[in-house]
Amino acid sequence: MNIDSIKNGIVIDHIQAKRGMEIYELLKLKDLDCSVAIITNAKSKKMGRKDIIKIDKDIEINMDMIGFIEPNATINIVKNDKLVDKYKVKLPEKIVNIARCQNPRCITSVEKDLDQIFTLTDKKNQIYRCKYCEMSLK
Amino acid sequence: MKHLIDIKDLSVEEIEELIKVAKDIISNKEKYSHKCDGKKLATLFFEPSTRTRLSFEAAMMELGGNVLGFSEASSSSVSKGESVADTIRIVGAYSDIIAMRHPKEGAPLVASMKSVVPIINAGDGGHNHPTQTLTDLLTIQCEKNKLDNLTIGLCGDLKFGRTVHSLITAMARYKNIKFILISPKELVIPEYIKKDIIEKNNIEYCETTDIKEYMDQLDVLYMTRVQKERFFNEDDYIRLKDYYILNKEKLKSAKEDLCIMHPLPRVNEIATDVDEDKRACYFKQAEYGKYIRMALILKLLEVK
Repeated sequence: MNIDSIKNGIVIDHIQAKRGMEIYELLKLKDLDCSVAIITNAKSKKMGRKDIIKIDKDIEINMDMIGFIEPNATINIVKNDKLVDKYKVKLPEKIVNIARCQNPRCITSVEKDLDQIFTLTDKKNQIYRCKYCEMSLK
Repeated sequence: MKHLIDIKDLSVEEIEELIKVAKDIISNKEKYSHKCDGKKLATLFFEPSTRTRLSFEAAMMELGGNVLGFSEASSSSVSKGESVADTIRIVGAYSDIIAMRHPKEGAPLVASMKSVVPIINAGDGGHNHPTQTLTDLLTIQCEKNKLDNLTIGLCGDLKFGRTVHSLITAMARYKNIKFILISPKELVIPEYIKKDIIEKNNIEYCETTDIKEYMDQLDVLYMTRVQKERFFNEDDYIRLKDYYILNKEKLKSAKEDLCIMHPLPRVNEIATDVDEDKRACYFKQAEYGKYIRMALILKLLEVK
């Protein structure tokens, strides 16, 4: 299957197979006015199968969100048909308003205007804890 | 400006300094009786806790200061739907320091992010209660004359007991501490406390369901209440509730200088026949709570 290469934009590669749509939704890519391609179940030497998202525009994307959801993803920056930068996303130290605390005793359960903040407390096991009640994020 | 939200907000050195000041207050009460003249402490108790509130209020009064506040949410603007942040902004204009208890975990942290005066967490749900931990540390220091080289038995509800979790967190920073964890299997210490604090700090520990098994080794015995609502069935509760009652008979093998503690209130987990034992420190512990709160108020208000 052929998908046109992009001239200026971003390719999010090495997404776990079948999770591309989830990232598309969370990054609100449907709101963009450019072409966005989601390739699912593409063959991958490293992963067996993977998803890829191609965005035909140089936009700012929420790296913390991608790092939190897909810590193994890679980001490719394309300018004038050429790959100018490529890097792996990192597990963010802090995520803000990406996930909600599920603890019914947490202050965020009653004060809805508070930012939902989680900090990475255990990198090895990828455990994030709520800034307010310290409950781990499931 | 400093707040006290979590016992981890204080370094070992800061805790040592607070204990030093508290001990000086005990010995020289008159010297401190006007240190907070003209200052006001607001006690904002969004859920009732008479004991803790009175301890804070007595602490401020003994420093010469005044107190204002409320003792339950129904008598505050919270009942009209006001946010914690708004309440704190208003109260901050009327007081120099705020002690706050709230049923929701993290509420004092939210308050500290908006407050123009120091906030003391006086308990947030089942989460933190740092002044209880400071009270426990002062009690151990005064009764044992040290905070290191101790074997500490923790007995009762180790699963939900926040005072136990905080005490373990605080004591884990001192040298040569050994914990004896005594509880029914339904109420054992949570895995994250065991792994993230006890094992991570290479602290020796034993787990047992038998209160008498290690009694002869203990320097401190910290009792907590086994609460009926923690059990899934009443039969288990009835079977276990009396098993963790400390009485004279169970203390037979205990050291002569054992320090018996309890955050109070007790229901029946320490028999009243233990009250007269010289090793019973739980009523003194409540008094120490006032002195450490006095030291804390002075520190946060930066009064020399």
